[in-house]
Amino acid sequence: MLNPQLNKHGELQHLLTLDGLPRDIINAILDTAAPFTEVAEREVKKLPLLRGKSIFNLFFENSTRTRTTFEIAAKRLSADVVNLNVSTSSTAKGESLLDTVDNLCAMQADMFVVRHAASGAPFLIAQHLRANGRNDIHVVNAGDGRHAHPTQGLLDMYTIRHYKQDFTGLTVAIVGDVLHSRVARSQICALTTLGVPEVRVIGPKTLLPTDIEKMGVRVFHDMREGLRGVDVVMMLRLQNERMNGALLPTPQEFYKVWGLTAEKLALAKPDAIVMHPGPMNRGVEIDSAVADGAQAVILPQVTFGIAVRMAVMSMLAGQ
Amino acid sequence: MPSLDAETLCRQLAEQLRPQITPTTALAGIRTGGLWLAERLHAMLGISLPLGAIDVSFYRDDYGARGLHTKPQRTEIPFSVEGAHVIIIDDVLYTGRTTRAALNELFDFGRPACVELAVLVDRGGRELPIAARYCAHTLVETLAPSQNLQLERADDGTLNLRMIDA
Repeated sequence: MLNPQLNKHGELQHLLTLDGLPRDIINAILDTAAPFTEVAEREVKKLPLLRGKSIFNLFFENSTRTRTTFEIAAKRLSADVVNLNVSTSSTAKGESLLDTVDNLCAMQADMFVVRHAASGAPFLIAQHLRANGRNDIHVVNAGDGRHAHPTQGLLDMYTIRHYKQDFTGLTVAIVGDVLHSRVARSQICALTTLGVPEVRVIGPKTLLPTDIEKMGVRVFHDMREGLRGVDVVMMLRLQNERMNGALLPTPQEFYKVWGLTAEKLALAKPDAIVMHPGPMNRGVEIDSAVADGAQAVILPQVTFGIAVRMAVMSMLAGQ
Repeated sequence: MPSLDAETLCRQLAEQLRPQITPTTALAGIRTGGLWLAERLHAMLGISLPLGAIDVSFYRDDYGARGLHTKPQRTEIPFSVEGAHVIIIDDVLYTGRTTRAALNELFDFGRPACVELAVLVDRGGRELPIAARYCAHTLVETLAPSQNLQLERADDGTLNLRMIDA
């Protein structure tokens, strides 16, 4: 099957999902990200790679961390960045997504960074560009609906590799609201591709997709049992805004059963790391003492995210 | 082309550099061949400032045409560039484009007092106004653009110059 992310030479044309992305390409992105981490320590925190390129941040859904780190990454590569504030733009006046894209192409866009509440929106844009013969324009998915958040998945892999070096001996637990989480889907795809032998998902039945085992994970409905002996704990945010209906008791009750506390974390390996994609709900999915504790690598995740996004953008624009 | 002994050339280059070394002299080798050479020179000359490593991948002028095809590695400048006497070390000087990229990158770390270039071999064919202040061997014959002269390092650390026909 044709992978819509790759060009005819098998190189990355767009970054849309980690599902089906070859291991070699994932490793190439992680390897390329490593030297970018050093740029932050320079007097001039800028590289000339994307000089003269225009990158449009198209965020149809709110985000602070992701949009900001994409913007910093693009600026450190010397690109010109335009942030479209969609709530006050033509979309609010009824312009279609593809009309917006065509207009930005007419403004010589080189890359779109897209976040959209609808799963598949970045695919639609990539398909549209291909149909118009615009193979010189690249699309990066910055999160679409419940589907995928590939750069988050990649920065999580970078973080794990940084602290654990090798994926092939690890047990990794993903905890919480998997049902609404595009982050969890991207993490599972990447962990599996990189050869992690045991990926566990831990959560209440109402917040796990029914066919999640098909992704090659072990399901646990008991958090203590699921955390036993793991090397990495990846917490997810409880996505209240995506819920309709009574999937949950109160946040306080959720915390009691599914919140990560020091007592539960003690069941993992002593050197286990704790990750969270942010924004955190302290006292809901994670206790403050754990979030600020010695095992948490939540802020390094944010920093690594800049380097990983620099790697993705420079690999795309260089094709 | 006469066979070039990289080990002999390396010792000759060290002797050219020796009288110029001061306490503010720092060496920065261009990855990969230039860095191997710089590691040798750094030890032979007993330089006190730590050795720098430059990877020019992010500063190359052919990124637009070729993309990021070689696997980029870290640039590490563990000394203060501000006011330093920096000698950039490379194995083979050819078009001068790599040196241009290295200079641009170095200046993003600060303003050095002066920068010089030392190479093992100058093969000619310059496309930029760049010259090496220190050079162990200058090729008189012209190599074809498809011929690539490069430094290699054996497992025991021995340096060799090898010609590769692309």
